Formats: sequence, C-alpha cells, structure tokens
Amino acid sequence: MKDNALNLKKYIDFAEDKDINVDISIVIKEGNRSVDSIKSRERVTRFFLTIVLYIVVTFLAFLMVFPFYWMIITSLKSNNEIINTTQTFFPTIVMWSNYVYVFKHFNFVTYMTNTIVVAIFSTIGTLITTVFGAFAFARLNFKGREALFLVFLMTMMIPGEMMVISKYITVAAFGWIGEGATLTDAYLAMIVPFWVSVFYIYLLRQNFKQVPNELYLAAKVDGKSDWSFLWKVMVPLAAPTLISITILKFMGTCNSYVWPNLVANRDEYRLISNGLRNSSFVDPDTQRTEYGYQMAATVLVTVPLFLLFVFFRKYIMRGVGRAGIKG
Amino acid sequence: MRKERDLAYSSGNISISEKELNLTSFSPRYNKENDVIVHFVSHKRINDKYKVGGVLDNEQKNNWKAWIYLAPVLILIAIFLIYPLVNTIAISFMKNYNYVTGDFDGFTLDNFGAILGISGINGVVDTRLIDYGFANTFIITFVTVPLSLVIALLISVLLNSLKWLQKVYQIVFFLPYVTNTIAIGMVFSVLFDRQGVINFIFGSDITWIYGANRWVAMIPLCLYIIWGSLPFKILILLSGLQGVDKQYYQAAKIDSTPKWRVLLRITVPALSPQILYLMVTSFIGAFKEYSSIVGLFNGPGTTNGSYNMYTIVFYIYENLNTNTSYAAAAAVVLFIIILIFTFLQLWISKKRVYY
Repeated sequence: MKDNALNLKKYIDFAEDKDINVDISIVIKEGNRSVDSIKSRERVTRFFLTIVLYIVVTFLAFLMVFPFYWMIITSLKSNNEIINTTQTFFPTIVMWSNYVYVFKHFNFVTYMTNTIVVAIFSTIGTLITTVFGAFAFARLNFKGREALFLVFLMTMMIPGEMMVISKYITVAAFGWIGEGATLTDAYLAMIVPFWVSVFYIYLLRQNFKQVPNELYLAAKVDGKSDWSFLWKVMVPLAAPTLISITILKFMGTCNSYVWPNLVANRDEYRLISNGLRNSSFVDPDTQRTEYGYQMAATVLVTVPLFLLFVFFRKYIMRGVGRAGIKG
Repeated sequence: MRKERDLAYSSGNISISEKELNLTSFSPRYNKENDVIVHFVSHKRINDKYKVGGVLDNEQKNNWKAWIYLAPVLILIAIFLIYPLVNTIAISFMKNYNYVTGDFDGFTLDNFGAILGISGINGVVDTRLIDYGFANTFIITFVTVPLSLVIALLISVLLNSLKWLQKVYQIVFFLPYVTNTIAIGMVFSVLFDRQGVINFIFGSDITWIYGANRWVAMIPLCLYIIWGSLPFKILILLSGLQGVDKQYYQAAKIDSTPKWRVLLRITVPALSPQILYLMVTSFIGAFKEYSSIVGLFNGPGTTNGSYNMYTIVFYIYENLNTNTSYAAAAAVVLFIIILIFTFLQLWISKKRVYY
C-alpha cells in the first residue's frame, strides 16, 4: 500500500510538472481482487442467500399449512383412496358426497347453533363486566384500588383446573346440570361462569388509561356524568380493543372443550368441539373409522373460524399480540 | 399540624410564616411573598395533595360509585374464582367428599397419598398417576416448551429478515392459532395414521397413534402441541424483534460479528422480556395440556382402556364427580407444581432479563 501511494504521488508530481491533465482513477485491491469485484461478489452471495432464505421460509410455511391442506383433500377422498398404500396428494375422484353424509349424520346445525348461542351470550356478558371493571380501575378513585388490581392480576396465575371442581359443584347446586337440566340450564352452565375475564379487564384498563385526563375533566365541566363519559368517550375510543376482545372471546368459546364436555350431558346440548369428538364416523359394515366423513366434519368446524379470521385478521392479531407487549 | 409544617419547610426553599400554617383547613393557598401556591401534604404520602373544592372533589364521591361499577365483576369473581379456589383446597383435605350432598368424613391427608399411589381407593391402589400421569405431564412440558420457543425464535428471526411478502408469511404462520384444537388433533391423527401420509412420505411403517407405544405416541403429540403453540410465540417474538434498536445490529455488522453470535448476544437478550413472558405462559399451558391429547387419541391412552397418555389434568377431569376429594388433591398438586415453576422462572429472570 505504501509503495502504491508513493508511486501515485510521483506520478501526480510528474504530471503537474509537465502541465498534463490526467484523470486518475484509484484502484484499491484486496489480495488480488478489486473493490468492484468484491462488491459484485457480495451482491451475488446476498442474492443467493435471499433466495435460500425465501425457500426455507416457504418450506416452513408449507409445513404449517400442510395439516389444513391434508384435512381438505382427505375430506374429498373416497375411503378406499384414504387407506390405500399409495397416498395421493389430490383426490382422484372428488367426493362431495362425504359432506352430504356428514350433514345427514352429524348434527352440525345443532352443535353450531349451541356454540353460537353460548358464544354470543358469554361474549356480551364478558364485554359488559370488562367495560365496567376496566373503567373503575382506570378512571375512578377508590380506596384499595391498586391492591385490588394486584389481586386480580395474581388470579391469572392460578390454573383453571383449580377452580373447575368447585365450579362444577356450584353449577350443580344451581340445578344447571344433572338429569333434569333443560337446554336453557345447559346454556346457563356454559355461559355464566365465563362472564368475567381478568385478562380482558387488564387489557382494556391499559387502553382506558391512555385516554387523557383532560377529556375527563372537560366532560365534567360540561356536566357529563361518569356513565355518559364512559359510553360516549371511553368506549368509542377503545373500540379496536373491544372488537379484539369480542373476536377472541368468540373464538375461545368455539374452541372450548373441557367445560362443555363436563356440563352438557346430552347430545343435543353439546358444543361443536364436543359434538365432533363424540361423533363416531365408523362405517357400520367394516367397523373402521371413515376418515373422509371425519375430515369433512372437521372442515365444517374449521371453516367458520377461518372466515372470522379472514374478516377480522387485524383485530385478532393485534389483540393476541398486545398480550405480549408488556409481558 | 406540626408534621405538615415540617414538610412544607423541608420540601421547598420557601419561608412560610407560622401564622399561615396554623390553619385548620387544608385548602391550597397563595403565598404572596414567594409567589407560590402552597399545598399541604401528609408526611406519609408526599405526592398526594389534600384535595379540596372544584372538579377534583368528584373523585371522592367516586368511592362508592366505583364499587357499583365493579359489582358485577366482583360478584362473578367471588362465585366462580375465589370461592372455588378456597373450596377446592378445602375439599382436597376432606375424606370422601360428596359433591351432591356436601357430606364428608372429617379431614385427612389421605387424598394426597391416594393420588401419589401410597394409600388406596377402596383398598385398590391407583398408580395411574405415578405410572403415567406425572411423567407424561413433565415430558410434554419439557419437550414442547423449549423446542417450540427455539423454533419460534428462529422462524421469527427469519421472518424479520424478509424484505418482501413479510406480512403474507406472518399471516400464514399465524393460521394454526385460529383453529379448533380437537378438530386439528383429529387431522393429525389422520396424518400419523399407520396408512397415513407421514409413513408414506418417509417410507416407514410405524404405529404412531392407535395401539402405539407410549414413547412413539409422544412424538406426534409433541409435534402437534408445538405446531399449535408456534403462532402465538412467533407473533409475540416478531413484534418484539421489530422494536429492537437497529444500532446494535449495525455495530455488530461493522465488527463483522458472526450471525449466530449476533443471535445469541443481541437478539436473545433484546427479546428477553418477551421470552420470559412466553416461558411462563407456555409452561403453565403445557402442564395443563388436555384438549390436544383428546383430539389426537380420543382418550387417555393409545388403545381402548389403556392409560399410557394419562396426565394430571386427565386425572382431575376423570375423578371430578366420582372421587371429588382425589380430584381436588390432584388439582392442588398441579397448582403447587405450576406455582413453583412460575416463581423459579421469575427468580431466574431477575438476573437474565433486560428491560
């Protein structure tokens, strides 16, 4: 390098002496390679790395969605094709008749109606208690507020299994389960215990806290009561969070299995998950489970959830994501 | 009055006449000499000013109003959370508790002995929990939680480095979150069927699900649990990654730090709050794994009547209305296990988490 620099200096001096105009281009080399070649080499490696990265990510994404793909194509296969030693990745004959069978023999409409009724009412109840609870914790002052909130947060650490036993006893004492329980009783047993969620109160409280104090004071000066401030200002401002809560609660009910399995003791009271797991799709002739029918039923269970996701993707992902921000 | 006066003197460099302080009201007043408003504060809660008059007055009235707003929450929590919690602990010490009549034969520690397989239920020692339940619960937890965390971390780092289509991939990786656990469990049992696609692709002939060996059956189960828990973790980690200061990465680039070291020394510490949160929540979740087992195996075992996939939670639900006392004891044991692990993680995190 030093020699190069000396040579360069000599050359420039020489050119200045002779009054010659020269264009000097400096070529920096590392080893035997110029900067340009290194740069282009880097560009090429980066290009290939990007391609490899996309291939890897696409492969992983493929693994993630493969069960869904397999569910759908299995639901459209004939049973012979499913149990064949050579697995096909697309049905040779598309069997829509699987769905016809499922609609006839699987009480999809009953289970779905139950699920939707339970989901709607438990969501409404949760929304009401959450809005009130979050408002009290975020805006109103009362003695022991922080201590009570801490107790609330601590209850989130307790596993639900601790409560399930006594909850069952309580609900039985209310007469909502057992031999004489009607459909309404079964609904109540599946709805009322889930009317409160400490986590959603926490989520909404964080949102309510961001509403500036000045708005509250301004509303007070205008003679608005707390009640109308809550519904006219707070709730509209927190609408995105409330939508997230609604969707997540709704999806949670569609996914719930354990509690409905305990309390809904008759087939016509069951929710979708329980109905699905307890229905047998056994072929009366061969005594084998007909996977085609079974998968058609799982598709029917999964599709409504997917539709919810398609329409409310933003709210679902934001609601779920917010859970982790504060930690 | 003495205390307030002391504080007023010490908190600011203003001199206030003795006469001014010898007042019976706490209302803030204007002090002409110093051109300040003097608030009176208690020596215990220095930040709380004594509130008198005006808008702030409403807040004191809120005291009873707040309890009205909280009433529905408190009533429901009392009935369906606090009471059940206390009651379950109590039942776990009651002998032969009958949930219909509420009768029991005195207090005992036998319930805990019974679930640990020491004393018997009507003379028959139930060893299912000891043989399978505890071990399976711990295997599931200690396989799925670390594996899914590492995989989720790698995937989110990959996703974060994507220039195009990042949003699309993010949505694809979130898809398993929006599903019914039972339904997709059934799909997995079809995938892992003896004549299913997994055996077909790998050219193997392994019995994964029905009639499978306990250890073999753990593989599809753990894969399913991991698959199902990835979306949540990826979402949280990815949003955490997007908040990491780019300067750290630029500094590492100038020093030409190897990629794996960047991951271990920058990314992981920067994400440590999210990782802690995911650790705590997924440990709790994994200890309670239930629906995925039901979805996959349709019961606590790989064959009819077997219990090789038994877990603590299974025991609780099975004995809930027949042997309520034992179920309660098992619930208490599960609770204690979860508490120990949660506090252990929080304790470790004190040294390892950078906020």
